[in-house]
Amino acid sequence: MSDADPRAQYLADFAALEKDFYHSEPEWVRDTRRRALARFREVGFPTLKEEMWRHTNVAPIARQPFLPAVRLGGDGVSPDRVRPARFSQFEGSELVFVNGHYAARLSTLKDLPPGVRVGSLAKVLAWDSKVVEPYLGRYAKPDANPFVALNTAFLQDGGFIEVPKGTAVKHPIHLLFVSTFHPTPAVSYPRNLIVVGEGASVTVTESYVGLDEGVYFTNPVTEAVVGPAGRFDHYKLQRESEKAFHVGALQIHQDRNSVASDNSLSFGGALVRHDVKTWFGGEGAEVALYGLYATHGTQHMDSHTLIDHAAPACTSRELYKGILDGHSRGVFYGNIVVHKDAQKTNAMQTNKNLLLSKDALADSIPGLQILANDVKCKHGSTTGQLDESAIFYLRSRGIDPEAARGMLTYAFVREVVDQVKVAAMHAILSIQLASRLPKADAVREAL
Amino acid sequence: MALLEVRGLKASVAGKEILKGVDLTVNAGEVHAIMGPNGSGKSTLANVLAGRPSYEAIGGSALYQGKDLLAMKPENRAREGVFLAFQYPVEIPGVGNAYFLKSALNAIRRYRNEQELDAMEFMDLVNDKVKLLGLDESFLSRSLNDGFSGGEKKRNEIFQMAVLEPRLAILDETDSGLDIDALKVVANGVNTMRAKDRAIVVVTHYQRILNYIVPDFVHVLVDGRIAKSGGRELALELEKTGYASFEPRAASAR
Repeated sequence: MSDADPRAQYLADFAALEKDFYHSEPEWVRDTRRRALARFREVGFPTLKEEMWRHTNVAPIARQPFLPAVRLGGDGVSPDRVRPARFSQFEGSELVFVNGHYAARLSTLKDLPPGVRVGSLAKVLAWDSKVVEPYLGRYAKPDANPFVALNTAFLQDGGFIEVPKGTAVKHPIHLLFVSTFHPTPAVSYPRNLIVVGEGASVTVTESYVGLDEGVYFTNPVTEAVVGPAGRFDHYKLQRESEKAFHVGALQIHQDRNSVASDNSLSFGGALVRHDVKTWFGGEGAEVALYGLYATHGTQHMDSHTLIDHAAPACTSRELYKGILDGHSRGVFYGNIVVHKDAQKTNAMQTNKNLLLSKDALADSIPGLQILANDVKCKHGSTTGQLDESAIFYLRSRGIDPEAARGMLTYAFVREVVDQVKVAAMHAILSIQLASRLPKADAVREAL
Repeated sequence: MALLEVRGLKASVAGKEILKGVDLTVNAGEVHAIMGPNGSGKSTLANVLAGRPSYEAIGGSALYQGKDLLAMKPENRAREGVFLAFQYPVEIPGVGNAYFLKSALNAIRRYRNEQELDAMEFMDLVNDKVKLLGLDESFLSRSLNDGFSGGEKKRNEIFQMAVLEPRLAILDETDSGLDIDALKVVANGVNTMRAKDRAIVVVTHYQRILNYIVPDFVHVLVDGRIAKSGGRELALELEKTGYASFEPRAASAR
């Protein structure tokens, strides 16, 4: 491998980190890292020739040397700087991570029902790693894609949430990852693990926020395991710096009769890729995947979803909406796989894109792969512009054209926005969304 | 000064000339009916006056309160007091009725340097009008025309008119698709809006609505021109004879 090969830097970093940090970890953790690194070494960064990466060129990430953020301290960020990224009027626990490091002094842990564990994954790995051994890396596997491999090799810290059998956690748990500017661009590898026991329920929100407009790379992975009849609601709000790179993955594994949902809301980043994968491991489970990507300028956002109907009588609903402005590009790639024995599957997948400028581009690749014969599956995709007759209707009532465009754009994504049931996140989302719309003031009233 | 003074108005849609020289004078306090067969240009006239982008005025003039109406942007026509009740109101999922109307009302009030209404004041204003049009209160929280029946959409148009209180209201085939009960409700809504300082132009194919909204003047539009004007009796006469005698061929044979 030559020095020009982007893998070389990562291999060198790994060797150094092993010496400085990883050597004290339990053997199974080190082993997990090594196997993931071997996978990354084998496959390297994906290229446009690969089907799953056909629309997203990650060369700018491969080209850029990044300093592992574990080498940066997590200190030195004042509560005031973090405040705008935090949830306000929020009753749940909030774990704050700065450049990938858990910041206890910025975090708020509220009273939780007995047996519920919420905390830093790094701490658990250091002190009580057996708790996570049955799960970590078993669901989000390094061979899923090179970035999951990279994350697993270098995984640093993140939220660990475990809800025991039959326990309902009332308030959402917020995992907030903030990144700050550093003269040498840094890469952080947040890793979250959520284990929902039989009949238990929890809502987890993740936020990724750039506190400065700098170049950095966030490579997060969230693994969630939902036990029989459990309920897991998940949100991810991505508001990175518009110079940043963000390549993330969510893997949900559902047991029988469980219910899960994800709402992936993406606004920031220069180059963004997000993979959501769900696996039905038992009958009668349900999942709902919602997504919203709002791009402008020269942003590139790619949402990949895979719903694996591996068990019979499961239901999936999927709705992703994109609003694309400027010279930006949005990609939606959806795949629903109905396995041979997954009879009585009910699956519906929809992607809709709204182009706000002539130069914006939407790629929509919906897909179904059906191997069973008694199923109800539907998918659809539309890409269009604002309806001129609707604009005229609003103008004919005295509303100016820019406000009309803003109202109609907001109306377009409202179906997804209304799915956000966490009030504190809805509030941030509304402001974020309004900031992207013409005549934000006029539109904000509606939010 | 007339409220609306249309002189020799010509207009085209998609390159095809539809209006070929319309003359029409409407004074405040009057109700005018514009009748005519399909394709005569009734809806084109209504839409040109409201400023629909694909409807292009290519000749003549339209003065509204002495100002060049055709030079104004659609939103400014609305702010100046022109209102078009759409023949086909647009369904807009995701935009709430109440929010939409409050935005519209406040945009108009801002233009006129009037104090904007807050949510409470707005609700006080609209509640009476909701009842007037026989609309359910839940209607305000629904999305604009989304999933509305034909009758609900037309009532919503008149409801909007009642809230925005225009000086010149143009009703484009508001009666089409309405059953007799809905027609009465709509007509009643329009009649309560009749006022000394307001004019109403009812564009219709059928005489029926004019039994409930009694016009002061009736104009027959044929092939892009006003072929005949008269009082209410003209509408009754049309009901008996139909538009046949006004068809271009019949006219030239006479």
